[in-house]
Formats: sequence, structure tokens, C-alpha cells
Amino acid sequence: MRIDGKGLIDRTKPVRFRFDGKDYAGYKGDTLASALLANDVRLVGRSFKYHRPRGVLTAGSEEPNALVEVVGPSNQTPNVRATMQEVFEGLVAQSQNRLGSLRFDLLAVNDYLSPFLSAGFYYKTFMWPRAFWEGLYEPIIRRAAGLGSLSGKHDEGTYEKAFAFCDVLVIGSGPSGLIAALTAGRAGADVILCEESHALGGRLLSAGGTIGGVPAGEWVAQVVAELQALPNVRIMPRTTVTGAYDHGTYGALERVGLHKPARPNLPRECFWRIVAKHAVLASGALERPVAFENNDRPGIMMASAVRTYLNRYGVVPGKRVTLFANTDAARATARELMAAGVTVAAIIDPRPDASGVEECPVHVGAEVVGSRGRLGLSGIQVRKGSEVFEIETDCLAMSGGWNPTIHLTCHMNGRPRWDEDLAAFVPMEGAVQGLLAVGAANGSMSTHGALATGHAAAMKAVEALGRKVSVAVPEAEDMPYRLKALWAVEGKGRAWLDFANDVTTKDVKLAAQEGYRSVEHMKRYTTQGMAPDQGKNSNVAALAVLADATGRGIPETGVTTFRPPYVPVSIAAMGAGGRGEGFAPQRFLTSDQASRDRHAPMIEAGLWYRPSYFPKPGEATWREACDREVTMVRQAVGIADVSTLGKIDIQGKDAGRFLDFVYTNTFSTLPVGRVRYGLMLREDGLVLDDGTSARLGENHYLMTTTTAAAGLVMRHLDFVHQAFCADWQVRFISVTESWAQFAVAGPKARALVNSFLESPVELPFMGVAPVRIGGVDGRLFRISFSGEEGYEIAVPTRYGEALFRDLVARAETMGGGPYGMEALNVLRIEKGFITHAEIHGRISAYDIGMEKMVSAKKDCIGKAAATRPGLWGPEREQLVGLKTHAPISSGAHLFVPGTEVHRETDQGYVTSVGWSPTVGAWLGLGFLKDGRARIGEKVRLVDHLRGLDVICEVCHPVFHDPEGEKLRA
Amino acid sequence: MRYSGLKVITEGLFGNKGWTPAWRDPAPKAEYDVVIIGGGGHGLATAYYLAKNHGITNVAVLEKGYLGGGNVGRNTTIVRANYMIPGNTEFYSHSMKLWEGMEADLNYNVMHSQRGLINLFHSDGQRDYWVRRGNAMINQGDDAILLEREGVREHLPYLDFENTRFPIYGGLLHPRGGSARHDAVAWGYARGADKRGVDLIQNCEVTGIDIENGVVRGVQTTRGAIRAKKVGIIVAGRSSQVAAMAGMRLPIESHILQAFVTEGLKPVINHVVSFGMGHFYISQSDKGGLVFGGDLDFYASYAARGNLPMVEHVMEAGMTLMPMIGRAKVLRSWGGIMDMSPDGSPVIDKTHVEGLFLDCGWNYGGFKAVPASGWCMAHLMATGNHHEVAAKFRLDRFATGHLLDEEGTGSQHNLH
Amino acid sequence: MRLTCPLCGDRDRREFYYYGAEDYLHRPAEGAPLAEWDNYLHLRDNPAGVLRDLWYHEAGCAQWLLVTRNTVTHEILGTELVAERKA
Repeated sequence: MRIDGKGLIDRTKPVRFRFDGKDYAGYKGDTLASALLANDVRLVGRSFKYHRPRGVLTAGSEEPNALVEVVGPSNQTPNVRATMQEVFEGLVAQSQNRLGSLRFDLLAVNDYLSPFLSAGFYYKTFMWPRAFWEGLYEPIIRRAAGLGSLSGKHDEGTYEKAFAFCDVLVIGSGPSGLIAALTAGRAGADVILCEESHALGGRLLSAGGTIGGVPAGEWVAQVVAELQALPNVRIMPRTTVTGAYDHGTYGALERVGLHKPARPNLPRECFWRIVAKHAVLASGALERPVAFENNDRPGIMMASAVRTYLNRYGVVPGKRVTLFANTDAARATARELMAAGVTVAAIIDPRPDASGVEECPVHVGAEVVGSRGRLGLSGIQVRKGSEVFEIETDCLAMSGGWNPTIHLTCHMNGRPRWDEDLAAFVPMEGAVQGLLAVGAANGSMSTHGALATGHAAAMKAVEALGRKVSVAVPEAEDMPYRLKALWAVEGKGRAWLDFANDVTTKDVKLAAQEGYRSVEHMKRYTTQGMAPDQGKNSNVAALAVLADATGRGIPETGVTTFRPPYVPVSIAAMGAGGRGEGFAPQRFLTSDQASRDRHAPMIEAGLWYRPSYFPKPGEATWREACDREVTMVRQAVGIADVSTLGKIDIQGKDAGRFLDFVYTNTFSTLPVGRVRYGLMLREDGLVLDDGTSARLGENHYLMTTTTAAAGLVMRHLDFVHQAFCADWQVRFISVTESWAQFAVAGPKARALVNSFLESPVELPFMGVAPVRIGGVDGRLFRISFSGEEGYEIAVPTRYGEALFRDLVARAETMGGGPYGMEALNVLRIEKGFITHAEIHGRISAYDIGMEKMVSAKKDCIGKAAATRPGLWGPEREQLVGLKTHAPISSGAHLFVPGTEVHRETDQGYVTSVGWSPTVGAWLGLGFLKDGRARIGEKVRLVDHLRGLDVICEVCHPVFHDPEGEKLRA
Repeated sequence: MRYSGLKVITEGLFGNKGWTPAWRDPAPKAEYDVVIIGGGGHGLATAYYLAKNHGITNVAVLEKGYLGGGNVGRNTTIVRANYMIPGNTEFYSHSMKLWEGMEADLNYNVMHSQRGLINLFHSDGQRDYWVRRGNAMINQGDDAILLEREGVREHLPYLDFENTRFPIYGGLLHPRGGSARHDAVAWGYARGADKRGVDLIQNCEVTGIDIENGVVRGVQTTRGAIRAKKVGIIVAGRSSQVAAMAGMRLPIESHILQAFVTEGLKPVINHVVSFGMGHFYISQSDKGGLVFGGDLDFYASYAARGNLPMVEHVMEAGMTLMPMIGRAKVLRSWGGIMDMSPDGSPVIDKTHVEGLFLDCGWNYGGFKAVPASGWCMAHLMATGNHHEVAAKFRLDRFATGHLLDEEGTGSQHNLH
Repeated sequence: MRLTCPLCGDRDRREFYYYGAEDYLHRPAEGAPLAEWDNYLHLRDNPAGVLRDLWYHEAGCAQWLLVTRNTVTHEILGTELVAERKA
């Protein structure tokens, strides 16, 4: 019901929205909850387990009951707090977790079965027969559990992430937050003020009273106006600080577009990473319910929420309100309702010494012991002494006192401190470095306390920043906070603690009875505090009930841990940017476009994209193209872009010495103008990488690494240098992106190369020379990864595309052309060259037959650990070639023909295979136990997954030109 | 007390007054045959199998906090037997068999659910790796099915097959893979051990290990000295500290692994799904929350909490792989402390002290290992011999080079 | 989480690669027994408290840092360049 003359809504701007298929009207400034209450809609949801009818309990993000699905044009969002969702024109929402309609939810049968669904019942049953768990019980449980629904469609919404930095982060804009921001702002500090709601002011928007002699609302407006005018203050409404992390980093979620109709490019949410030198936690406090029988009916609400709906939204959630509260402050709700003309049927105050003087009946020393009303409250039972009587009411405002909102102070493992006077946990000072809790968040419950502590914390930050300011703390209400702790009213029925997970006092007591006495056991056994509100409304009361049941005090009982995020954050917001191709960078070759122009499929190779093959008209499969490209290289000439290989330029007097240290073999003796293959070990003695290094000058080398290990090797070299030989005269830098490099391979390679060099050179095998190509300085290497006479030509990256197109055009006039990764792979298998398919991190130099490359004359990284006995001997699987005439596969395992196939008989596995048009057979590389001694034997290759079972011949891994005559031609 | 559906009904009819404690709360005795340090999943399972398989019931489990409060209470609950390296394959295969009989054995519903695990691959090279692994699984006697892209689509139609950075080439389906309710595993073993006479002693921190002439004599605790003929250290997350009490320096570095759960949702993910390119894995619990995680935070830590870079990375991986989860909201994040070993595999072994045994180094795969770890550690402690399926989990294998390195990333602890 | 690089200043953890404890700096001499290599490569004090460990400013100056920090609280007590370390 809407009340005239109250609230901060804009009554000139009506807004139409829909809930559960029915149209309603609200105003700009309403939340979905306030607008529904204004329309006398009390039933908004069903509870998790018993499917009990539920209504709005709170007016904030801690809401446990009023969770709805918001339905957009292309997708729906589950578990939206109606108390936080602002209404906008065309908003569509629906209730969730029901079977049938909200009023007649078929799963409400669970409520009648509740004696059998007590805490932990599922651990004790559903065990027989075993097959029924996955087949019957579990599917039923899964369907009944859960709250809202995802649509199953891709989330196409726009989300953002951003970084922000500031001197002072103020979290919350109630009285303590506003004055903290004002103080730091006036001092000239860089301030960010985050407020969860769309309007600044916090509790001052919900309450009356004056500050500095002016009405609180007016004071808020003045301060906000000043803050808005300060260029060094950033105000972030609709932003919840969700987590405190190390070294002044905070996570925050901004609801950017959720309060508006969706439109293209309007982000729904933005996840902020805020780095703050100082932070002021002005997050206020959360009011706590009282557990009594059937305290969960729609119409039973937090007293502060009733007050908020009245003052902020001009809504009264009932016609005949009652108040059940154990503090003086809560009386304000009743008084303001009466002042607005609403009937308050009674105040029930459990404190025997409380004042009985109000404009309505007051039952002092009394408790609410029950309620009635199937889909909404119609009356309560009150007990005073031995007498129990009934009061007719459709809205009960309850308050069991307040819990400071200390969550962020606990995110870094800080344990809170129990305060007996407040009967609440307060932050342990210093729990989060640089963060000070103030106001109600720190247990200062009065407005004056909030202002004074907010100001003091800001002054501390200002001083630490070396700034000066003088701000007067205005006068305000300073009422003492007086309560008698009341967690649960004595009674026999079910009294709810955790509304969201349907945990009652009985469940907590049962947990204690069954030995789950640790607070963590109780939580986990009953699921208390594990629901969407994470126990914000219930944890402390549940603790108190557990403490009572186990005969301990609350501090000894301890608390469970608050963990980020403070409010649930969508995966899309924290994962913004990851959607589609945004997940990882893309690296493109200079020949990328030229390759695509030739219809080459570009496949992922790490972050790179490389051509798989270059199809020709008439070729139906990749194999046809691959076979043709292999034959082309073997018989004419082929061009491949090999720029993805890592390139590290190494210079200095000690460059050779350094390479000797990181490679197993020797490079200091390499003549200038020559290239050498090198093997690199990790310090644990297993193979890290291989590649070639060229000596370009007396003190100048160029190292190449594999594509996969380029970054790894660079990091490794930096470590070895800085950790072990920082005084050596050697410097190096990655030049991978600086050079485009192309392989020219085949019997016609020399003719092709000489056709474009300004002055042809005669290079020996493993030689390198500077060359000029069309006026550009480049480098020519005579190296081969194909087994044919091969060259690699390198030019600065900006000339890469032109050179590639030119090389391909020349090759085509000679019966050659480009070749892709598939052909490159077959060529290297034919030649027995290894890649990271073979050197997969568990392989020693011995395993690949390169133990002789580990120089005995010098130390090198990995040399010592490579001598461990487990890395040698016939038990090791050694690199071999495999040859057969039936298709074979990588990932297959090897067995002795005629033996059974299981783990104990496993002899090895296959790492690379390909059809070799050159040899006319299927070739493979793999690792076989004692393999080098078994060349010439037969092995059985078994791939269960692909259904292959093939006998292969064990071969030396070099199938093509074993003497290397073609390379050296 | 035996649990059953009938018992739930009869107790329900009488106000649930008759349920008795799942375990006793005994005071520590002066002496035991065996003291287990650590009341986590592995410690409780060891105590249970000492009693059940070997008849050794004069056993105390000493727990400094509450039972099941370590990694068994804070993990993503995946149960699988999909290892590649001999030494690991037979161990996890044995563990899977124990999982499959666990509820009947413990009379406790741990909600073990074999809903299938799919490991996705995103290149030909990754496919070959998973085929090698799948074949190893089948050679071991476990199950694996190779799915190509369309096969994956049948199982997981909600993945983004069109617009993703690393296209889905296929996946390896492990039908017996799945998940379980983690706390229930700890509680089930605790109840079973207690029933067989084991003393479960909570809030009892071990402060010293008594050793005389190279033989273990007992432990010092915050609740007094306790003599013991044999002592087992089973305290993943604190292994280095407890082993140091016996003068040992372990091949362990402690790291944080974060995990996440969303608010409850109606069923939307049936399998356990693992993304090959982004260290992201996800399943949906019976309560409806999406439970997911990723890689380590990568820096050594005992903080049991993490930082945003890995949080965001995990979410980004989720968004590129299955953007339908975008509107699910993360409810809670937490961190567990992992014993990271230099080859990614664990240790179940004797130590240089007679009567002192060690079970540690579970990296982030300890949950699924709980039954077999308990089984094999109990076997070792009872008989003095390594159980055949855990025979390679030796403490000296790093020194000798007999490594069990599934990832192939070498002697850097955080890369496994 | 943030680290102060001696060259680049206060930077986000995202810019750094983590290796492990400072043990990796104490490489045994050539010819040392394998037990020393085991100690160097594998065994760790792994303190729950102050640790010195190795971070690489990979997305910055490519310098390896020796960081002194607390593994329980994550407090950073100091950073220095590995190449210019004092001890």
C-alpha cells in the first residue's frame, strides 16, 4: 500500500512492469520489492527445501526470500534480489523454485514431510539399492533443489572490467561514509566512494532525525552536492565492494545497466579492481531476525525494512502492523508508522524493563510465539508470562538487534571479536591492512557515533597521506544502544534461522545431538548459512542456538569464515573479456593473409595461428594436400613460414660461455658464420628444449627455440644469468617478433634462393651469412627441418608478407609452392626430428639417444641431475621409429606381439605418426622400453579408443636419407 | 546405530529424538598402538582401514581443529581414475573401486555420483595426449571413450562451439568419473572408525614427536603427551611443519588452490567438464550450485585464501567455454592449501624414524585418493610393507629419479 | 596482490611469474653428490611464516626478484634484484 507524502520515489514518473505474468505500476526510484509491496503483493517466492510461501524480508542485498528471475529480451537472470532490482519500464520478472504456480506449488508437499527431511537426512538414506542413487534418487533431488534457472543460452550481454586507483576508498555512504569521504575529499585526497544502492545516504534515507540542525535528508543532499563538485572525488553508486584482497586491492561490482531496459553496448555490469592506499569500511549493520514458530510467513519483515519501505518508498507492507523488537531504536519504526497514519496494533518487547509508553499498546516482557496465515500473515500469538494471546496483524516488524557488517574485515582470515554489550561480532582492528571499520560496521550504532568515527578514520588516512584538513563533526542523535539478546523464542514448532536454506532451530539442535558440535560441522551438516545470503541474516543466531545446545558461550563456539564475495557476483562480470576469442591473445604470422588468400585452414599453435595445409582444386581431403606438399618438398621446393620459432639475440664477451652453460653441448667453439644444433636441459636433468644457435660474430649469437618453449627459454636464460652469472658480460633479448623467417626446402632450394639474393652466396650445411634482398638486410641460414637441402631466410618483420608472396611465386615457377604444418610434420617424422610431442617433459637426453651431446668437459644446467639412476637403463622407454602398412595413431600403446594387453605388459607409446609418401608406409615415432636394443623387432600397437591393433616394425627413427647426404649436398 | 530410509521415517515420527552421536568425544588415553596425526579425509580413512582391514583398533586420530576441516572440507569433490603413468594408474583405479562400494561399506550416503567426466581437447596434439591417457586407463581396466567434436556436442550442447578462442576438437569421456559430497566422506569414515573403537580427538594439536634412538615413542600434544608404537603423519597442508618435528625436510611446497560455488540453480550441468586450455573445471552439486575451479594462485602460501588474478582467469575461461553460465552468480570463493610435490604425485612411505610413517604430497588431487590412501597407508602401517598399488609413492624417488610426473613440468613444485 | 619491483615500482601480481623458494639460487658446485642436488631441487623448508622466494617481472623489466614475505599473511617485507642480491 502506498502512503501519500512519503518516500524518495519520483511520483511524476510512473513505471509499468510485470511479475508472474501480471502487470503492475510503480514509480521511478522503486525497487521491485517496494513496487510489489505497494501493490499489496506479499507472496513473492518459495523456500529452498520445504517450498514454504515467502515474502520480502529485508530492503537490501542480504534478502534471503525475495529472489526472482528477471526475464530479458534474449535471456533470463536467476536469483535476482527483488530488494535490489530497480524497476524500469518494461521490466519482466517471475517467481522461481516452484512446481506449478506460486500460490499452488506442488512441491509444498515437502513441508508436510518435514519430520523426515531433518538436517542431514540424506546422509542416512537413499543408499539401497545402489543403482537407484544415480538412476532415481539423485535426479529427483537435483530437480527439487536449486533456486532459479539459467536459460542454457549463451550469455550475449555486455560486461566490463576496469582498474581504479585511489588514496582513500570509502565503502558505504551512510553518515560515517559520507563524512569520511567529505573529510578526505576536502583534504585533496583522491577518493572513491562506493555505495551499493542507487542513492547515497545509507540509513539516513530510511530514517528521520537531524544532523547539524538540518533534517538528515537535507544534510545528505548538501554533502553529496559538495562531493560531486570535488574533482578529486569519484562517486560510484550501484557499486558493491565485494572482496578485500592483498595489498590494498578490493573487488567491486558496479550494476551499470541492470536498472534500464537492455540496449546494445550498455554494459550490464562492470567488475572493478580498486587499489587503495587507505580504506574506510562504512558498511553499516544488518538487522537480525528472531526465531519463533512459523516466523517465515510473508508479512513478517525486518523492522528496519518496514521503516525503509515507509520513508524511502512511501510504502506500508500492511494495514495493521505489529512490532516485535528488543531495542529502543526499533520503536522508531512504530512511531513513524503511526505518524503516517498507519495502525500499529501492538508493540511486543521482550525486555522486562523496557518502556511501556507509546501511542499504541505495548506488551513489555512478552514474546511472539507463533503466527498464522497460509500465504501471508494474518495473526500472531504472543506469550506474556503464562498467558498466550492472539493479535490480528498482517505485518509483523521484527528486530533482534543488529550485526555490524564486518564481512570485508574477515576476507583475509581476520577473526572477529565478540562484543558482549552489542551481543554481536565486531571487527578485529588491523584484520585488513589499511582498512578501518567505522560507524555501525564497527559497533558505533548512533548517528553521532557514525559521524565521529567516520571522521576520525578519514583524518588518520589524511594524515598518513601528508595532507591537512579541518572538518567539524555535526551534531546528531547519540542514543545508547540497549538490547537484551534474543535469538530464539522457546517453543515446540519449527522456528526458522536460515530462511533461504530452510534451517530451523531444531536442525541446529539435532546437529549438536548427533555430535556435529563444531560450528563448522553444524554449518555443513544443516547447510546453515550456505544459501544465497551466506548467513547474513542468520549466522549469529544459529551460533547462539548451537552455543546453547552444547553448553558453551558464543565466543568459544566460534564463527564460520566470511569469504568473498560479499554479494554474489555474476561469472560474466568477473570473467568479462573472456567471451569468444577474448580469452587469450592471438598471434598472427606476416604470411597470415597470404595463407588465408590461398584458403589454408589456420589452426591454433599455442597463441599463434599457422597454416595447416594449402589446398589445391580437386583435393578432397587434407591428406591429399599434405601428401602433395611432402612430395613437392622432396622433389622440388617448398616454402614454410617458421617465424613462430623463438629467437633470442645474445651478445657480449661471455656469450659463448653462457651458451655452453645453458646447452649440453659446446657453442664457444662454434666458428663465426656457423650454426649448431643444441640441446637444453632443465636443472632436473630432463630435456627442456632444442633448437639451433648461430654465431653471427665473435661476441654475437642468435638462438632459436621451439615455438612452444619460446617464452619458457627466455625466462630460463634470464634466471640462469641473473642467478648464477650476473657478472658475466652477456646480454640478450627476445627478437621473435622482429624477424619474419621462411624455410626454403627441397632439391631446388639453392636455385630459388640464389634467384632473389642481390649477390648469391655459397653456404655450407649449417652455415649462416648476412644477405641483401631487394635492398633489405636479411640473414640466410642453411639449416633444415625437412631433411632436404634447406635454407631459412630472415628479414625484418615488416617485409615478411612481401617476401613470403615473392618466395611462393618463385617456388611455383619451379614446381614448388607453400607447405603447411601437416606436411612439415610428416617431413620431420620421416627424418626422425623431434618436437614437443617427443620432448614432453619426462624425457632425458638418454631417452632420445643424445646422451653423448652432454659434454663431459664442462658443467651445464641439468648435467648433474641427469645422472640420477632412474633416468638411465633398459627400464627407460627410448625413442624409436615405427613402420607399418596399416594406419596407426599417436597415443597408442606398444606391446610385445602375442602378449596380453594391460598395464603390466605395456612397453611404451606412440608420440607422432604420419603417412609417408616418400617411404610409402605409415611411420611413427614413439618410446619403447629398451627400444634401441629392439630395432628390427616387431611390436603390437594398440589404440583401444580408435580401435587399432597393428603390428609394426621397430626402426631407427631416421627413415629418410639416414646418411644426411641430401642435407649436405 | 544403523542408518536407513526406514530409520529416517521412524525417527521422524518420534520427533527425531532418538538419533545418537555419529562419533564419541573421548579424552585422549595415555597410550595407543597407533596415533594418526591429522583428522582429515586421509587420516580418518587410514584409521578406518587399520581397524577394519587389520583389526588394529587401539588407535587415536589427533586433529588440531575439527574433523574433516582441511582439504576434504574445501574441494571441488571430483572423483576420477584417469591417470596415465604407471604407479598412479593402479592406485587411482583401486581408489575408484573403493568409492564404488563406499556407501554400503560405511552405511553413510556420500552421494558418490558417476555422472561422467569429460576432458576437452583443443588441438590435434592435445587429442593425442588424451588418447595416450585414455589407452592407459583402459589398459589399467578403467573406462575411457574418445569423443570427437560432435560427440562432445551431444553430451554438452551448451558449450560454445562456434565463437571461442580455442575450438573444441573433442573430449575424453570417463563415464565412471563424477563427484561426491566431500564432508560426508570425512564424516562417514569418522563414524565408521569410531564405531570400530578408534578415538577421534578433536582440538588436539600435536606439538612434538617423541623419538628415541631412531624409534618413535609418541607425540606431545596440547592435551598432553601420548605414547604410541606407531605414528602416521597425514596432515596435507601442514606436512612440512609436522615432519620438521621429526627433523625431516620434505619435497613439498605449499600453495593455494581457489575454488568457487554459485548460488543454487536448477539442473543445467550434468557432467564434470574440464577445459583443456584454461585450467577450468566445473560440475553442479546436488544442491544446485555450480562448483568450479582452476589453477593454483602459484605463489607459496598458507593463507587458505586467494587473489583476484586467478579468480578472474577462471571466470574468463568459463566464459569462453560455456557462456551460458554468465548469469550464474558466484556465491563463495575459498582457498585450500596444497602440498605440492616436485613431480605432482604423492608420498606414502616409511621415514628414517622407525615406526613413523608419512602420507603427504597430494597436490590438488587428494580428494579422489581418500579411500585408497587410507587403505594403502593402513596396509603400510600395519604390515610394514608397501601396498602393491602404492608401491611407487616413495619419498626417495626424487633423489633417485624414479619420477611420476603426469604433467611433465619437472621439479618446480607449483607447475603440477 | 602487489609487489614492489626495485626497477619498476609498485605493480600488480599479474605482471609476475612465480618460481619458488630462494633455494633455487644455491646451486651445488659441479661434482656435488646427488643428495645435494636433491636438496637443491626438491626439498624445502616451506615455512608457514617468512619466506624468501623468486619472482620474475615477466611483463615488466624481465628481472628476477628475491622477495621476502610472509606466507601466512602475504605481507611483503622486502624485494631486491636477484642479480644484485646481497646474500
